[in-house]
Amino acid sequence: MSQPMYAIPGSVAANVPVEAVADPTVAPVARTVADVLAQSQVEAVMDELDHDLVGLAPVKQRIRDIAALLVIDKLRLNQGLAAQTPSLHMSFTGNPGTGKTTVALRMAEILHRLGYVRKGHLVAVTRDDLVGQYIGHTAPKTKEVLKKAMGGVLFIDEAYYLYRPENERDYGQEAIEILLQVMENQRDDLVVILAGYKDRMDTFFKSNPGMSSRIAHHLDFPDYSHDELLQIGDRMLGTMNYRFGTGARDAFGEYLTRRLEQPHFANARSVRNALDRMRLRQASRLFEARDRELTREDLTTIETPDIRASRVFGASP
Amino acid sequence: MMTNPAGRITQGQFSFLPDLTDAEITLQIEYGLNRGYAWSVEYTDDPHPRNTYWELFGMPMFDLKDAAGVLMELQNCRKTFPNHYIRLIAFDSTRGVESIGMSFIVNRPKVEPGFQLERQESVSRTLRYTTRGYAANAPEGERYGN
Repeated sequence: MSQPMYAIPGSVAANVPVEAVADPTVAPVARTVADVLAQSQVEAVMDELDHDLVGLAPVKQRIRDIAALLVIDKLRLNQGLAAQTPSLHMSFTGNPGTGKTTVALRMAEILHRLGYVRKGHLVAVTRDDLVGQYIGHTAPKTKEVLKKAMGGVLFIDEAYYLYRPENERDYGQEAIEILLQVMENQRDDLVVILAGYKDRMDTFFKSNPGMSSRIAHHLDFPDYSHDELLQIGDRMLGTMNYRFGTGARDAFGEYLTRRLEQPHFANARSVRNALDRMRLRQASRLFEARDRELTREDLTTIETPDIRASRVFGASP
Repeated sequence: MMTNPAGRITQGQFSFLPDLTDAEITLQIEYGLNRGYAWSVEYTDDPHPRNTYWELFGMPMFDLKDAAGVLMELQNCRKTFPNHYIRLIAFDSTRGVESIGMSFIVNRPKVEPGFQLERQESVSRTLRYTTRGYAANAPEGERYGN
């Protein structure tokens, strides 16, 4: 009875036979890129990205690079070489409506499937969630957000608001310092993505060089071209169960051409707003004919007049 | 105390085992998170077994997805109170339970002097027993040399 009845962690019981049976579920050691690709979901992720997002070539290219590094790192590990987790903190800059938030949402899932973050959830915050109202309020608030984001992606929208140079007693600086510390020390646990408009983010990084140098990937989101916007419009309509009637797609193309020349154009966001207004016009058009029996066709089709009624067409001479 | 010769206090889970490593603690936290528990970190330097309510370190951590957040808070607490007892407790907010689901000690003072058994003579040969931690003689905050 000298042996305890329970197993003590760390101690090896001498009388337990160690079975050296190879586990059939473990794949053989990969030596080629194709082997690794077959074992992981990298390719599926890349295809899906190409398929789901219109344009954004530089962004897709960078994600492809990150995925490639993961594959090569796995091969390096198999050869016994050192493979360090790369720094994945990113900054997304670009004009309104270029898809920064959309890509950030996808990024959490992508990084999770590539195996860079453990849980793959996204915590989206703005200045209000990080910066406190009085002395001693900021640090716990920021830390709480950071703890929630561990194992996933922390997305800070409009990150330039964190730093307010005009007020030297602003608590934003404190939040930035805590962020920097965690970004540096817990690179394996958390990926931070900062997003904002290009010019303001540039001033933000200029006044916080520490932040800029800790972010490995500065991604600039280009504006969409006319064709890409049209494609985005098609996709949006598709997901809302609508479609363009005869000639309506051309009218929408013309609408975009005119709208692009006007100020305050917010890319995909403007497209979505335009489509929402067209849905309103379609609804009131159908509403007028009280006794008409509406078919599935009627309910899903956006006709040319719905688009032509826009004030964009009226404004031109 | 024949069953506990080292004088280590035994409270909550795993307290008869050797101290858990950080990797083992992470696994336990992960288990709790998967069951929807909210973790918090507590500390004390009063080792008495009836000392049920310890001091809360920071806020209870709701809505966490990963153990790294809890571990970060724990390291923070260890840095602040290296010679205190620190435990992790998991609050189960399920309706009808609403109580502590898990609790285990993750940090101990370097030396645990143990308890004295006091016998008090009372009326008609009655003996009253009580225990008193040797460390508890010093004022709070100075009990384990810190």
